[in-house]
Amino acid sequence: MPDPNAQTGKAMIEISGVTRKFGAFTALDRVSATINEGEFFSLLGPSGCGKTTLLRLIAGFDQPTEGGITIDGQPMEGMPANRRPTNMVFQSYAIFPHMNVQENVAYGLKRMRLDKAEEKRRVEEALTQVELGHLGKRRANELSGGQRQRVALARALVMRPKVLLLDEPLSALDKKLREQMQVELRHLQKQVGITFILVTHDQYEALAMSDRIAVMFDGQIAQVATPKDIYQRPVTRQVADFLGGMNFVSAEVAAENGTSLTLKTRGFGQVKTERPEGFVVNGGTATLGIRPERLRVLWDDDRSENEIAGRVVDRHYFGEITHLIVEIPDLETPLSVIETNDFGADDIPVGSQIRLAFDPDALVALRD
Amino acid sequence: MTAAVDHVMPAPRQRTVRRNWLRSEQGRGFTLLSLPFLYALTFLVLPMLVVFAHSFWTQTYLTIDRSFTLENYRIALTEPIYRDLLLRSLFISLTVSVATVLFAYPIAYYISFYGGRRKGLWLFLITVPFWTGYLLRVMAWKVILGYNGVLNTTLMGLGLTDKPVESLLYSTNAVILTLIHAWAVFAVLPVFVSLEKIDRSLIEAATDLGDGPLRRFMRVTLPLSLPGVTGALLIVMIPTVGDYVTPKLVGGTEGVMIANAIQAQFGRASNWPLGAALTVSTMVIVTAMAGAAVVVMRGFVRALR
Ligand SMILES: Nc1ncnc2c1ncn2[C@@H]1O[C@H](COP(=O)(O)OP(=O)(O)OP(=O)(O)O)[C@@H](O)[C@H]1O
Ligand SMILES: [Mg+2]
Repeated sequence: MPDPNAQTGKAMIEISGVTRKFGAFTALDRVSATINEGEFFSLLGPSGCGKTTLLRLIAGFDQPTEGGITIDGQPMEGMPANRRPTNMVFQSYAIFPHMNVQENVAYGLKRMRLDKAEEKRRVEEALTQVELGHLGKRRANELSGGQRQRVALARALVMRPKVLLLDEPLSALDKKLREQMQVELRHLQKQVGITFILVTHDQYEALAMSDRIAVMFDGQIAQVATPKDIYQRPVTRQVADFLGGMNFVSAEVAAENGTSLTLKTRGFGQVKTERPEGFVVNGGTATLGIRPERLRVLWDDDRSENEIAGRVVDRHYFGEITHLIVEIPDLETPLSVIETNDFGADDIPVGSQIRLAFDPDALVALRD
Repeated sequence: MTAAVDHVMPAPRQRTVRRNWLRSEQGRGFTLLSLPFLYALTFLVLPMLVVFAHSFWTQTYLTIDRSFTLENYRIALTEPIYRDLLLRSLFISLTVSVATVLFAYPIAYYISFYGGRRKGLWLFLITVPFWTGYLLRVMAWKVILGYNGVLNTTLMGLGLTDKPVESLLYSTNAVILTLIHAWAVFAVLPVFVSLEKIDRSLIEAATDLGDGPLRRFMRVTLPLSLPGVTGALLIVMIPTVGDYVTPKLVGGTEGVMIANAIQAQFGRASNWPLGAALTVSTMVIVTAMAGAAVVVMRGFVRALR
């Protein structure tokens, strides 16, 4: 068994310049990415952006129009799905209705002609891994959604694939079960050490589970990064917007070099930021983004090196947090601010003047 | 309703109760069922009862002796002529139903899996030959299989034989061939429906788990389409046992089936009780055969897993 927590940094899947066209429609447009061995990799994006299409190309159910995919050093061109070292958990789970749980899990093993005892041991091991040991004799149509999902998982894991592909495996579950399964799935991946590729359109799911996330729009990958980087340092406005709220501030480029940008804004003064990948100075203007929770309300005599003053124009209460809409004299759009309620942000009257502190590091330059 | 007078309960209340019963789930169910039930009673149960009753009576020249006897059944089941006819009918219907399903399955499979957007059109085209009457289609087979028919002319033209093959028409084979053609559509449809119902991701899952095209067909597609196959088998098997037009037209003396004998008893021979006994025996045996077919198919599914 490989050291479960080690990501060797060795490339497991290489996707290079993959394009998939359906007639005149381009579902995937020159997609390239490298996924490492033992990594939990997520494909995140809105509906119809091509996530399933990419996953099916990796699994071998579909062929790229252009470009190629390599798994564990082996080019996959012309390799049928049944001979690839991948297994899939289908969005609909695809549990065989004419078989019970054990027969479903043993399905792929039958072809390997293991001896009966070994086959039984592996089926039981897989069922225990997904905590279904007691349901082996149940028929597929006697299972709940969560149980079906686990059977699909066990059926794929028992094959000991190099890569496990999961197409929105949790989207059919209710919120509570989904959150529980997110944790379990992440644990399981650590435990078995297999490369997981998860397709999801739920940004919280991707952030909570992945080692790295690829954010896709319209058949293209916009950014590949760790959850923290994707959230804090999105490179485009679209990525920033897709992963939670973001305040956008327009700025002028005062100075630039290969790695950094100095930007002048009206509200936030002059800030120096990292230059996002692929950033091109276009007419000397740029967009800056700051997450609402990175703006902090300053109370009474609190002072901060970086302050910005404004007037509260609206307030929304969300239990543990309050959402404030603050109009800043120099900015065309008001800022949204998220403040926890432990200091009484929920009592700030609409119309009052407040000061906000910000960390210049939290401001990121965005590509349009 | 005298009960209403006798009881303390006033009459209007009773009427409400009755109206409520009519509106209740049960009441509505029975009301809805009553017409089809009457229909089934008049056109299915009553004729069967008449036949059933006759099978225990005796024909005495022009009248019927209504005293109970099992003599008709003895004749029907032990007389060599009827026994042979019955066995041959069963053999023909079994062969026809199995062959029809084997023939229909690939067609249904092709339409379901490769029909694309034209599935409807394909199904429609398959029904086109059935717009002509059954007799015309049987006649067409006579033209094809006849002594100077299309098939013989072709065989001779190709030099495969030097004189016409006589055994093509007026034989058991001719009956089987004609029946297969007649029943093909009725077998395609149930198989097609059961193939359509198979979730395509199940077939992808089988591929994903390592199965090639043949294995995944045997392990997933075929077992999941077996309800349709069983249905098709029965749809063809049950009516072909009792077919008498086809054997009469293309069967000659060799291709005679039990229904021809039954027809003769009700017609020329004018022995209704014997005809009825033959009918009932055939019905019971066909039912048993259909039941056996279902059991065999179930076992087949289990074996495929
Ligand atoms: N077989 C096909 N023929 C034509 N167009 C297709 C086909 N498969 C997918 N597409 C198109 O390709 C695009 C991407 O589809 P895909 O299923 O990959 O989306 P997705 O990102 O998985 O979306 P979702 O989150 O809704 O599942 C869609 O616009 C879809 O309509
Ligand atoms: Mg999808």
